[in-house]
Amino acid sequence: MWDGEAAWAALPTVLEGFGITLVATVLGFGVALLLGLVLALVGRAAPRWVAGPVNAAAAFVRSTPLLVQLFAAWVLVPALDALVLGVLVLGVHYAAYLSEVYRTGIDSVPKGQWEACTALSLPRRRVWRAVVLPQAVRNVLPPLGNYAVSMFKETPLLSVITVHEMFHEASSFGSTHFAYLESFTLAAAVFLLASWPTSVLVRRLEARLAKGA
Amino acid sequence: MRREPEDTVAGPEDGVAGTVEAVRFDRVTKRFGEHTVLDGLDLAVGRGERVTLIGPSGSGKTTILRLLMTLERVTEGVIHVAGEPYSHMPSGHGERGAGAGPGGPDPKAGLVPASERYLAARRRGIGMVFQHFNLFPHMSVLENVVEAPVHVLREGKEAAAARARELLGMVGLADKVDARPTRLSGGQQQRVAIARALAMRPEILLLDEVTSALDPELVAEVLDVLRDVARATDITLLCVTHEMGFARDVSDRILMFDRGRIVESGRADQLLDEPTHERTRAFLRAVR
Amino acid sequence: MSGFLAELGRALPRLGEGLLVTVESTVLGAGLALVLAYALGLMSGSRSRAARGAARTVVEFFRGTSLYVQLFWLFFALPMLGFRLEPLACGVVALGLNFGAYGAEVVRGAVAAVPRAQLEASVALGMGPGLRLRRVVLPQAHPLMVAPFKNLLVQLLKATPLLSLVTVPDLTFRIDQLRSATGDTAAAYLLLLAVYGVLAGVLSLLMNALERAAKARLGTGGDG
Repeated sequence: MWDGEAAWAALPTVLEGFGITLVATVLGFGVALLLGLVLALVGRAAPRWVAGPVNAAAAFVRSTPLLVQLFAAWVLVPALDALVLGVLVLGVHYAAYLSEVYRTGIDSVPKGQWEACTALSLPRRRVWRAVVLPQAVRNVLPPLGNYAVSMFKETPLLSVITVHEMFHEASSFGSTHFAYLESFTLAAAVFLLASWPTSVLVRRLEARLAKGA
Repeated sequence: MRREPEDTVAGPEDGVAGTVEAVRFDRVTKRFGEHTVLDGLDLAVGRGERVTLIGPSGSGKTTILRLLMTLERVTEGVIHVAGEPYSHMPSGHGERGAGAGPGGPDPKAGLVPASERYLAARRRGIGMVFQHFNLFPHMSVLENVVEAPVHVLREGKEAAAARARELLGMVGLADKVDARPTRLSGGQQQRVAIARALAMRPEILLLDEVTSALDPELVAEVLDVLRDVARATDITLLCVTHEMGFARDVSDRILMFDRGRIVESGRADQLLDEPTHERTRAFLRAVR
Repeated sequence: MSGFLAELGRALPRLGEGLLVTVESTVLGAGLALVLAYALGLMSGSRSRAARGAARTVVEFFRGTSLYVQLFWLFFALPMLGFRLEPLACGVVALGLNFGAYGAEVVRGAVAAVPRAQLEASVALGMGPGLRLRRVVLPQAHPLMVAPFKNLLVQLLKATPLLSLVTVPDLTFRIDQLRSATGDTAAAYLLLLAVYGVLAGVLSLLMNALERAAKARLGTGGDG
């Protein structure tokens, strides 16, 4: 049954792991944001012989399990530090998704906006910076938020390549003190406490953008 | 559903055709938040009477139809249909209904807001045709017309289908029974919607700007069908329209609305040809 | 490499079993998720405050706590409370609860996206709430659910390798065995990635066919 003392003892370990979890999420999402944008622009603007394979690779990354990708990277690139490798794999995996988000965001800017820019002879840089991206950003913010939350919830996977994030810490505390119930419940609670308010924020943002559109 | 006369409608100056009451609004007020759409409205419509509501948009005409169809609930006052309370039910009628605002003490003595169950039984006698048709896109034309008779009135499928074909023939769409609504023109869709409403054999039919969403060349085919319906049946009609020619043809009486109140009412030709109120004259000048 | 191929040939029957387990956990997990998605999704759109509140709480809980934590909790922590589930059952329940919560949002959103005018038309025809839902709302909501359900289903398939971490002998588990036997790690994992890619592709094709059928039932565009 529930042992309050064990839970109390597990708390510092779990929270320490939570720090690593946050670091992995923030860095991983940073990689995904940048790489995703690159993928979107390449997929849109590069010549077909570049765009085709890049899009196919992104589709392959999207359709295969993150866990297997982690294993594969772990054995193929053994030289890298586990956390760095984990951040990179997370980043690449989510970049494949974010490129789609960017793409639909850009596509959602009405054709008339591009035509108006042409009619005004706006320079290309200005078209992107002043007209297209500001409108696209409104559309991509909510899905980006959702992907950030779901990446956060996938970080426990990094434990399989020995990254000492929260789930790993909870797991090892559980096995050494035979207190899985307390340590995993604690980890679940921390996940809920961190991701729920974020989801609510994203939904508010979504509603506000929908109203303003 | 037909009942013996229970009440007569007063006001010969209104040119009432029927002498039996189909609908009565008793000091009905409808507010949306701060905005008052109907302001203490009194209105009686005789059985078999054809009444057209005209007036600028936002004057409350459509709200009257939506209140009758129970798509909205009254804020104050009571609506009666066929001499019985409709927006409200006698207290002690079983369950209590959802709340409405405080009303005048008179019209709803001994009444409580109608429950969903009470309304479900009573609104079957009322049909409505919408501005945007609102056909069910996942059903064929025939299925649209058959749906309610079979599943609400529990008519046999064969009989309902036969009658649906008859009605679709009447609106000139006998060859479209198996088509999807989305494949039809707006005028055809609206004619299906009329057949669908008639299939429920309503005693009262509400027409809510039924030609406003149509291309100009499709308006006539819909109005012709409605003229036929008016001629061939003794159905009570409440109609919101901007088609003054149609209003003149079918209406026994026209009511001019402005800001939630009736500013003028009279026989169709009388009100259209010799309007007495300045608001009516201005409105008629604007729509002609 | 040739050693790997020879070992692969010998291991083929076991890999087949693993593939079956992967398919089995995907199908069972998706079935449970679908049932939960409907129940919770319809409850979240209900007029009753209590039903809405209960559904929202369950949905937020299972969306908010990570699938991995849920799976390990069921496998390691639940036995400490006196309930022990088979590893595969742990996996199916965790997948069902987690994806059911996400699916509930899909159902709720699709039902809410059916135009209000459709409800008004069914009220005008005297239909009661049950009839409205069954005959008017759900048939129009279904086509909207197919695409998001397709994404969730592919996500669910991609989550099944987790089950190997709680000793379910799925495809990942079997190929990991093959890897330890041959020592050819790269080839084993690349094979595994390829198989999942193909599985996801097949699932997508199946769901696309379903989507086309659903859209065809609605006719082309327009809400009538």
